[in-house]
Order: sequence, then C-alpha cells, then structure tokens
Amino acid sequence: MTEMIVDGRPLPFVEGQTVAAALVATGRLAWRTTRVGHRPRGVFCGIGVCFDCLVTVDGAPGQRACLVPARPGMTVTTGEGDDD
Amino acid sequence: MTRKVVVVGAGVVGAACAFHAASAGLDVTVTDRGPVGAGTTSRGEGNVLLSDKEPGPELALARLSRTLWDEAGQELGPDTLELEAKGGLVVASGAENLAALQEFAARQEAAGVRVERVDRVRDLEPHLAPDIPGGVHYPQDAQVQPVLAAAALLRAALRRGARFHPGEVAGAVTGRDGRVTGVRTAAGDVLPADAVVNAAGTWGGEVGRRLGAPVEVLPRRGFVLVTEPLPPMVRHKVYSADYVANVASSDAGLETSCVVEGTRGGTVLIGASRERVGFDTTMNTAVVARLAAQACRLFPFLRGVHLMRAYRGFRPYCPDHLPVVGPDPRVPGVVHACGHEGAGVGLAPATGALVTAHLLGRPWRGADPAAHTGLLPDRFLTPGGVPQ
Amino acid sequence: MTDPADLIVVGAGPAGLAAAATALAGGLRVVLLDSGTALGGQYWRHPPEHARAAVPTDDLHHGLDRYRALCKALAQHRTSGRLDLRLEHHVWSAVRDGDGFAVHAVDRHEAPRETAVVVRAPRLLVATGAYDRQLPFPGWDLPGVLTIGGLQALLKGGGVAAGSRVALGGTGPFLLPVAAGLAARGVEVVEVCEAAHPRAWLRHPGPLLRNPGKWAEGAGYAAALVRHRVPLRPRAAIVAAEGGERVTAVRIASLAPDGSPRPGTERRVEVDAVGVGWGFAPQLDLLVPLGCALTDGVDGNAVVAVDEGMRTTVPGLYTAGETCGVGGAALAVNEGRLAAASVLADSRATRVPADKHLAALRSAVARQRAFARAMALAHPLPPAWSSWLTDETVVCRCEEVTAGAIRSARADGAHDHRQVKQLTRAGMGWCQGRMCGPAVHCLTARRGAYEPAERLVATPVTLGALADLDEAPAGTTCTADTACTAVTACTAGTTGTVCTQASTDNGETDKECS
Repeated sequence: MTEMIVDGRPLPFVEGQTVAAALVATGRLAWRTTRVGHRPRGVFCGIGVCFDCLVTVDGAPGQRACLVPARPGMTVTTGEGDDD
Repeated sequence: MTRKVVVVGAGVVGAACAFHAASAGLDVTVTDRGPVGAGTTSRGEGNVLLSDKEPGPELALARLSRTLWDEAGQELGPDTLELEAKGGLVVASGAENLAALQEFAARQEAAGVRVERVDRVRDLEPHLAPDIPGGVHYPQDAQVQPVLAAAALLRAALRRGARFHPGEVAGAVTGRDGRVTGVRTAAGDVLPADAVVNAAGTWGGEVGRRLGAPVEVLPRRGFVLVTEPLPPMVRHKVYSADYVANVASSDAGLETSCVVEGTRGGTVLIGASRERVGFDTTMNTAVVARLAAQACRLFPFLRGVHLMRAYRGFRPYCPDHLPVVGPDPRVPGVVHACGHEGAGVGLAPATGALVTAHLLGRPWRGADPAAHTGLLPDRFLTPGGVPQ
Repeated sequence: MTDPADLIVVGAGPAGLAAAATALAGGLRVVLLDSGTALGGQYWRHPPEHARAAVPTDDLHHGLDRYRALCKALAQHRTSGRLDLRLEHHVWSAVRDGDGFAVHAVDRHEAPRETAVVVRAPRLLVATGAYDRQLPFPGWDLPGVLTIGGLQALLKGGGVAAGSRVALGGTGPFLLPVAAGLAARGVEVVEVCEAAHPRAWLRHPGPLLRNPGKWAEGAGYAAALVRHRVPLRPRAAIVAAEGGERVTAVRIASLAPDGSPRPGTERRVEVDAVGVGWGFAPQLDLLVPLGCALTDGVDGNAVVAVDEGMRTTVPGLYTAGETCGVGGAALAVNEGRLAAASVLADSRATRVPADKHLAALRSAVARQRAFARAMALAHPLPPAWSSWLTDETVVCRCEEVTAGAIRSARADGAHDHRQVKQLTRAGMGWCQGRMCGPAVHCLTARRGAYEPAERLVATPVTLGALADLDEAPAGTTCTADTACTAVTACTAGTTGTVCTQASTDNGETDKECS
C-alpha cells in the first residue's frame, strides 16, 4: 500500500487506482461543490466525460480525478469550485 | 408612407430593427430561415465597443448605439441582455506601440470618446504580464450576451405588435413603379410590405441579390476560444493595441490579435482571428494555437487554464469595412442593414434606429439619416445606380 | 517509429484494437492513440499493466481470450517498430491536412503535465466508442449516484465498489454485467430496475436466435443474478434519489406502457449508492467537425453513416464500433477488422484479407447489427420519462440549469438543444452537454435522432500546451503562400497547419501488453 497526500493528509491507494478510485475506496463520494448552487459532487461517469470529479493535482486545477492515476507522493487538493 | 415592413434576418441587427420599427408604430414582420440569433450573432463575444473604432461614420454610429444599448437595458432589464459596462483596456506591447495607441486615443477623444491613459495597467488588471508598458482605458466599452440580447429585442418587438414568420426569402414583389410591394418566401408565401429591411448579416449579399439590390457582403472567418469557468480573473475587455490595425486590414491571410475577457458564466473568452476563406467551416488548429499563445503572453496565468470549447463564425464585411445602412436607390423600398463585420452586436440598436428613421423619413431615437450618409449603399454605386 | 505512418487509429477499445491488429497484419505502419493507461477501452478496461496483480479483475470480463490475442498481436508489432502506441494521449482535434489527416493530442503520461503532440497520416480511423446515456431525475446529482459505466469503471479499473447497498436502474443489457460484477465483489444489489418489458424481445426473435453467443452471455449474467439473489424488476424505474451530502434512498415506481410512473406504486428503498444508464451515446466529437455525414440510429442517437467497408463520407476517414451504432464489443471487433480491411484495400497494401474472409466478416457484422437493432428497439427511452422531473430538477449538471428553465426556453420558441444552450447555458459547462444533451434534445425537439453539438475541442487542453504548439522551436506555421521550412514532421506542407517536430516521442515502455 502506497500513499498520496489529499488535502494535507496521507491517503492510501492501491497501485493502478485512479485518484477517484482511491477516494471512493476510503468512502468519499463527494469532494467538490458546484459554482452556483454549492451542491456536493464527486464521481459520476467515472470515465472522464462528466467533469464532476475535478480536483487539483500537484497544483494544477481542473483535473479529472477519474482519469489521473494515483502516484506515490502526489498532492491532491479537493474542493474545486468552493471559493468561486 | 411606409406602414408594413418585412425585416429579413432575426439576428441581433434584425431584432433591433424590428424593435425600433415596432416601437415607432410600424407594422413589422420578421422572417428568418432559422431561430433568433442563430447565425453570426451566436458566434461573437457580444462586443459593444468604442475603443476599436477610429473617428468616422462607424464611430458616430457606435456612440449612438452605446447610448441605445443602455436605453434597451433600462427598458428590457439589464439582466435579460447580460449588459455589462465592464470597460475596455487596450494594452501596448512596446514603447513605439504605446505611442501609436496614445495618438489614436487622442483622436478618439476629440471625437467624443471617453479615454483614460493608464501607466500601471496592473492596477486595473492585476493578472496582466508584468512587462506591459501601458495602455488606454475606455470606460464606455461594454458587453452583452448576444443571443439573449437578440431574443429580448425580438420579444419586445413582438409585444409591440410585430410578427415572426419562419422561412427563407426568395425574392421581392414589386409594383409597376418598381417599388417593393411584398416579399416572396421560398415556401411560396407572399408577405405584403411597403419596405423590406435586409438584415441578413453575412448572408446579406445573397439576400440583396434576391431582392434585386445586390451589395457586396463577404464572410471573414473568426475563431473564439472559451476556457473552463474560473473565479473572476479578468475584469475588463483586454486587448492588444494591434487589434486596431487588424480590424481595418485588408490583408488576405490570417490575422490574430488577442482579445481576452471574462464572462458572467466564469469562462474567459479569447478572440479574435480573422481569415478570408469564404464559408469554409473547417477547424484551424494553427489559429487556435496562435490565439492561445497570444492570450498567455498577455495573461501568463492562462497557461494552466483549460480550453474547453472553440467556436467559429463568419463576420460579414463590406469591401471598405463599413456597414451598409440605408435605402437602396435601385429598388425603392429595399433598406440595407448589414455588413457590420465584427461590430454587429455593438452597432445593432443604432442600426435599428437609423433604419427606422429612414423608414419614417424623420429622426428616430437620436438617429438622423442626414448624420449617417457615409453608410448609405450609394457609396458602392455609380450615379446611374450601377455597382462600381 | 521513424517512417511516416500509414494509418492513425484513435481509440484502443475493441474496435480500435481489432482495426490496428488487422492493419498491422496487412503490413501498414500504425499510430494508435488512447487516453487510457491500458489497452482495452471501456469494455475491456484494465488497470495499468504493472498494477494488474494488485487489482485482480479477470472474473469481471467477458471475451478476455480475444482481448489477450489482440494485445499480443499489437505487442509483436511494437517490437517490430510498425506500431507506435500512444497511451495516455488525449486527442482534442482531428483535422484534414493536405491529402491526409493531422491528429492533435496532449500527452498526459506525467499528468497534470501536458505536452502537445501532432501525428499525421494519409488515413484516419476513429474508434472512440460511446458513454452512458443519462436521463435526469430528481436527486440524480447527489453524490453516490453514478452512471452504471462509472460503477463498472471503478470496479474494473481500480477494484473499488462505490457502495455496499446499491440499486441499479435504466434500460438495456448493460445493467446485467454491472449488477453481476458488483454482486461478485460482495455488494448487496438491492434491485435492478429495467424500464423495458422482457416481452419486447419476443417481437424480434430472429436476431435473437441467430446470435446464440449474445444469448448465452445474457443468460450467464442472469444466472449470476439469481445466484446472488439480485431481484430484477421489469417495467420499473428509479424516479428519484434522496439524501443530503450523499444518496441515502431511492424511489422506485412501476411504469405504465408509456413510461410514466403508475400511481400508488412508488416505493422508498434505502441504499448508499445508485447506478443509472439508458443505453449509450456515441462519442462523435472528432468525427462531426471533419464533416462526415450522420444518419439516424434506431436507439435515438445520430450515428456516423458508413458504407459496407466502414468508410465515412469523408475520403480517407473510417470509423468502427459504437460511433456508427451502438452494438457491443463483438460487433465492434468485427467492424474494426472490416474498417482496417478497407484501409488496406484503399491504400493498395500488398497483404489484403481474402475475399472469402471479408465476406464472412460482412455477414457476421450484418447478423450482429440485426441483433443490436433488436436490442435498441426492445430498450427504448420511455416516452414519458420527463414526467419524473419537477421544475427544480437539475438537467444540466455543470451549469445547474433546471428542467423549469429548459421548459420556459422551449415556450419562448427554442426548438432544439443548441438554441436552449444559447438561452439557458444548458450544455455550456465543463462537459459541453455530453451528459445533458440527449435529455435536452428529448425535452425540446421531441422527434428525430439526437445529434450532438459540434465540439471543435474534443477534450479540454491547457492553453499553455496550445501556446507551446504555436511556439514550438522546430516548427513553423505554414500559411497559404509560404512553404513549410525547417520542419521535421510536416508531411503535407499545406495551408494553415502548425507543424511541430515529432520530438514528443516519449517512448513509454512500461505499458507492454501481455
């Protein structure tokens, strides 16, 4: 088991999982809120089409968690859209 | 006396013509082969600009139009148009460029445009690149959401008694004296009319031909890029000073000069390319890359921002880059209102008012035909009425 | 690969893999691009090669022998140098380039870093598949409500189940393998709601009888559901989801023949996750801007019009798989082979499949298409599905546009989804209408197939990567009247294309196939 850093805390993942799969595996289904209604959102389509699962990866915002493979030491920040 | 008017085209210009003509008590029918604002109107950024216009007939129309957009906002509600007086900031790329920009701005100021020199552009736009030497702020520059604006103007026209007749124009019906008495549609209907307004935008050349009053209106392809939604990062309509040179340019190939602005939806719009390639709809990735590069030079933070969408449209332009607005001497009853190039949204209300003034034979809402003779179709015709 | 490619294949799912294998076997040089970290697409989705031991998924797959054979064939050609495999490459545009095509992608193998890549070839085969088609319902945007494809992707790609007590709903045979897969991983699948009536199949017995493989596959899943005691409810639908920070319950109703909920049949079922899917929407984003003609598919989608050899109406452009009509993996494989056979014939390759082989392929495709057609007719969108919506139901998830706003745009005269987009912003957000497009189409146009909006940018790409494309040191912009100079990979040298060197060959070597 290896770890990445999600919102400052270590999050374990299994090699091969995407960031979204690693988050879901720990029971997290929502990790951002919408711009207008501040509704909670997480993974929906799981294949990169719906853009609900956006996170910031290593400082780069707008990354689809369902597409980005988790890597040891990767820094993930959730809550995209919260401060809009 | 003109009573019945058919407006060909339900873009923003046609909708503004219908709005003003119906407000003046004329009996208006708008006809279009598609829905409201589906042509070039839906492909622009919604510019309402004074900053890019040099003193002359177009600036005179633009100044009136700026006032009439405010009035339309008050009448229809600013939110229905997403009218936003955000102001424009034109920035120079170097010292020489800055001097030319300031000289241009001084001439605009003499023609009645409000201009403010800006030495520290980052006071106005904190995310601009640090090496920009200066610029000019144009507080009157504004933006509308063009399709919403066209739809709101058309709705208001319908409330004032206008009708919408879907269909394509096939030709004019004329009386024995050569005057227009109606418009024939491709479906075979005849819409009775004392006057017909050619507000067909990029297709104005073709509609003019069908009405027996051809004008030369040509397409100029433009791409606009749309980014992912962001928190507010760009407050004004920001563009590089070379835009001014490009708008009036007659060069054949591709021109790009960067225009960057935020929208209410959070996206950043990046324009604007100009290519003369006819109605070729193909994607040009080189243009997209060039626009991206120019935008990133102005606003370095954009490098990490995603391009979400690109769209292209065809701006209608006349050979002298001025719109053609006014009665056609060859076919009495035909009034042109097209060829606005990239400024159709900005110029729409004044064009509608000017067309209405021509139809009424007297000034309307500040539009006096005698003050806008430089836009008449006569400029393309010999004294005998033959195209030059 | 230093020699220029003969063919670019976009998409390494069943159709793209088969097409690439056939083209390579015929002696062509092929570039194969896919956004995934492993070959297989959605149907044969796998964790990356190096992680397969950690995430065992073999038992979730169907037809793995074929997948492995295709991967093996491709691996041989990578060794020989005739296959240039570009995984984790996201294609954002495909354009005509002289007599051929230029495919623009960003390499994201070091995500979030992006590098712009351009590949060129005289022929292009687009096999971009499809994604789950969605119909909105109150609460469908709650966390824990996923597409059934999303549930499946988490399971197949990462070995993760999104819930422990799951209800599935929608229509189509895809519900079955997802339910079986979840059950196999210990998830309690409380109900599978299939809007169609099973008797609808009986109207098309011919295709059913002529496709025993499909029948057996379906029967296998059905048996698995029985084994795990998963109840399958025909003529029922999930009409609402409830919850706060995440879904906690669904409302399930029996459906009248028109698809409206039967009064008094609504039940509340507690769950911690939900999967929904209403067939698939073909991924046409690269094809539409190239100008290829579309035609109405039987399932309500516009699909790409192809001839008997999978040629589109654009010369040199081929497509295979779900893009020309949703029909499943076995059909996609055969269409991929057929398309590649056409590429071989059209490029006058020396090793073209024998006529007998081609005839057999064509007849298999015809048989499988007939089955797909019967499947689509037996699993239509319920005509009255919009009766589930309230005015407050979010339809466009990205811009949060409600059903009420869309209905009022329609009352204002908007008669298609493009017009609704201009007036309401539905479809203008991150997903560009991929999720809400079919639903908005149903709510406004009400007839005709759903034709997606033209998307000139098929996937978001950073402006920085695009800017680098413009400023590439070894590249230059070719304009109408200047020749291409100082360019290493400009094969066409024609109007308005940026030519960058092929320096982004990053030779990823860690993703060999077994």
